[in-house]
Amino acid sequence: MGVSIEVTNLNAWYGTNHTLQDIDLNIPANHATALIGPSGCGKSTFVRCLNRMHETNPIARVTGTVLIGGLDIYADAKPVEIRRRVGMVFQRPNPFPTMSIYDNVAAGLKLNGYSNRKVLDEIVEKSLKNSALWEEVKDELKKKSGASLSGGQQQRLCIARALAVDPEVLLMDEPASALDPVSTSKIEDLIFQLKSQYTIVIVTHNMQQAARVAEKTGFFLNGRMVEFDSTHKIFTNPSDKRTEDYITGRFG
Amino acid sequence: MTRIRFQQSLEELKEQLLVMAGLAEQSIQRAIEAYRVRDLSICNLVSISEMSINRLEREIDQAALDLLAMEQPMAIDLRFILSVIKINADLERVGDAAKSISDRVRSMEQMAQADLPVDIPRMAELAEEMVRKSLQAFIEGDAELARSILTMDDAVDAMNRAAYKALTKVMEEQSHLAPQALNALMISRALERVADHATNIAEDVIFWVQGADVRHHKSLKTAPDPHTME
Amino acid sequence: MGLRTSLGEETLRDEHQLRAKLRTLADGAATGLAVLATVMVVAPLVAIFVYLVYKGAVSLNWAFFTHNPVPVGEAGGGMANAIVGSGILLGVGSLIGIPIGIAGGIFLAEFGRGTRLANAIRFTADVLNGVPSIVMGIAVYSLVVVPQGHFSAFSGGVALGIMMIPTVCRTTEEMLLMVPHAVREAALALGVPNWRSVLSITVRTASAGIITGCMLAFARVAGETAPLIFTAFGNVGWSEKLSEPIAALPLQIYVYALSPYDEWHRLAWAGALVLIVLIVLAVSLVRYVTSRGVLKGAS
Repeated sequence: MGVSIEVTNLNAWYGTNHTLQDIDLNIPANHATALIGPSGCGKSTFVRCLNRMHETNPIARVTGTVLIGGLDIYADAKPVEIRRRVGMVFQRPNPFPTMSIYDNVAAGLKLNGYSNRKVLDEIVEKSLKNSALWEEVKDELKKKSGASLSGGQQQRLCIARALAVDPEVLLMDEPASALDPVSTSKIEDLIFQLKSQYTIVIVTHNMQQAARVAEKTGFFLNGRMVEFDSTHKIFTNPSDKRTEDYITGRFG
Repeated sequence: MTRIRFQQSLEELKEQLLVMAGLAEQSIQRAIEAYRVRDLSICNLVSISEMSINRLEREIDQAALDLLAMEQPMAIDLRFILSVIKINADLERVGDAAKSISDRVRSMEQMAQADLPVDIPRMAELAEEMVRKSLQAFIEGDAELARSILTMDDAVDAMNRAAYKALTKVMEEQSHLAPQALNALMISRALERVADHATNIAEDVIFWVQGADVRHHKSLKTAPDPHTME
Repeated sequence: MGLRTSLGEETLRDEHQLRAKLRTLADGAATGLAVLATVMVVAPLVAIFVYLVYKGAVSLNWAFFTHNPVPVGEAGGGMANAIVGSGILLGVGSLIGIPIGIAGGIFLAEFGRGTRLANAIRFTADVLNGVPSIVMGIAVYSLVVVPQGHFSAFSGGVALGIMMIPTVCRTTEEMLLMVPHAVREAALALGVPNWRSVLSITVRTASAGIITGCMLAFARVAGETAPLIFTAFGNVGWSEKLSEPIAALPLQIYVYALSPYDEWHRLAWAGALVLIVLIVLAVSLVRYVTSRGVLKGAS
């Protein structure tokens, strides 16, 4: 089941660059929330603060509070623990190139010590089914490498890999931007189905995509969150002129 | 500013609609003039205009559809195109009403003049004013002006009801004047419809500019829920 | 290209044709030079190999591979002990050099990036690489042979191992750095601790390149003679223990080539041929074995 995310007064830096300023945001559980905004507005940095990947960069710094399911992820937990509960799918599909499809999906579990073959088999199958890839690869799980799949399939493989460790939150950083329209549709349908089990946060450049999959949308600009509301409101009658100018294409 | 071509397309769509509006407004004015001076040549002008109005309606709908399909408009742009489509339909009906009036004028040509207890010119004046103001509101994107039109509709409705009462009385008591009375009643109805369309146009302008749906505001308060019929 | 001269379009067309011809000529000349350069690089290699076969094959027989050297004047004799000895020395050397080199490479690439210690290690490795092999031999002589009191296979292995370290270390570092950042991020995002991610994911992804680095180091030290002169020292018979001096192919070739005996010269040629062939075989075998484990379509 998914959990809610409460962000209070989040600030983030890359060196001296104040990338995120005073972000306050409540992301509801078991919903898909989209984050839109022009390039460099900070939305990718924001999601990377939610699973503590931002700090893997040596010059990165974060202040503020992030509560995931009530747990303060900076004060009361270690990064490794958080990343097991908050999964991430990246913009460019990045399956482990030397591993088979099976090993790719099982990687998160195997590397954390799980070794029971039966359990792994079950989880791999369930994850691949949940990411709508099972039918296409079930006969070649151990023979084909993860990198030999098409782009759309690779991305679904990465989703399966993220789901296999049973996270509560799934962060997706422009998951379909490198994919063709058909693959994009499949990913979007997937997000729709996954919503009921996970809390999904999706960063996207594609406003129509945000409109198609997300119940709530947040608009980021220059490191600040300008407006956060139901997707319907944002795209038919936003409150802030900057939001309106962005979504109607007058800038960005 | 990006999407310059798109902004230009929106401007062109607006221009097209204004041409259509001009024709519709002119048709109403001509139809009422034809009624006043009983000039059949003016009725012919109305008939010719009607064809142009119909052709323009199709062109505008097509242009709006193209913009929706090709440009994925959002928020205010989306509302604008939707209201253009609706105003387009209302203007075409205004043109139809004008033709209807002009047809009544033609048939009344055969009849004797009659002095009827109904102030058609006054109704026409009000209806024309409503059309003119609603189009002004559209040109300037003025929601306040649009709101002021919503209340004018009540006056026209009242006049139409009064005309109905008076003219049915005439048809009962002075049956030799029945044809004229009937025609006058139909003209009154046409003018009432013109006022309704002007009201619709005003509501569409408010929707476009403010994103508020103010249609059927009076009846909604007491209407049963269509989902439960309670 | 739209300028029209006052002389008209015909001149323009001629000019275009001339330019096209010159371009084709330049293209041909460049291709020719490239081919020539390749030939000049490959030719010495081919020449050496052909010459070796010519001079050495004639002395190859079963005895060469099964018998130890015999005194001058006697018939028969071979380099069996040298072949085996080289194998043992390279084995010991690999056991020393490869783990240290890989560990060093992992440290440089993954854990010590940018630190002063890492820079110092890298600098040391580069210097070590440049140490002349004879100096290496003398150094190991002082450090291992003198305290032990005798020449030994072990000291020879140490010398070869130390020479392998810089190559293995630098190649490992470079191959690890070539692993895309995206792969590391994927592992981290799964909640895998950094050390685990490095070993199980990053190293595994770079494994093909790391193995190549090891083979490069192996091929290089397989033919080294100078470091073995004062360490392994050589042996006319079989060595029973690692603490005894041991024969090695390069060493044997050196000794025989310098001798005044024709018989030994011919054996030296044969030895040289065998040495090169064995190195090529060893490298190919490793390649084959590791490629068996690679999956369909893996990068």
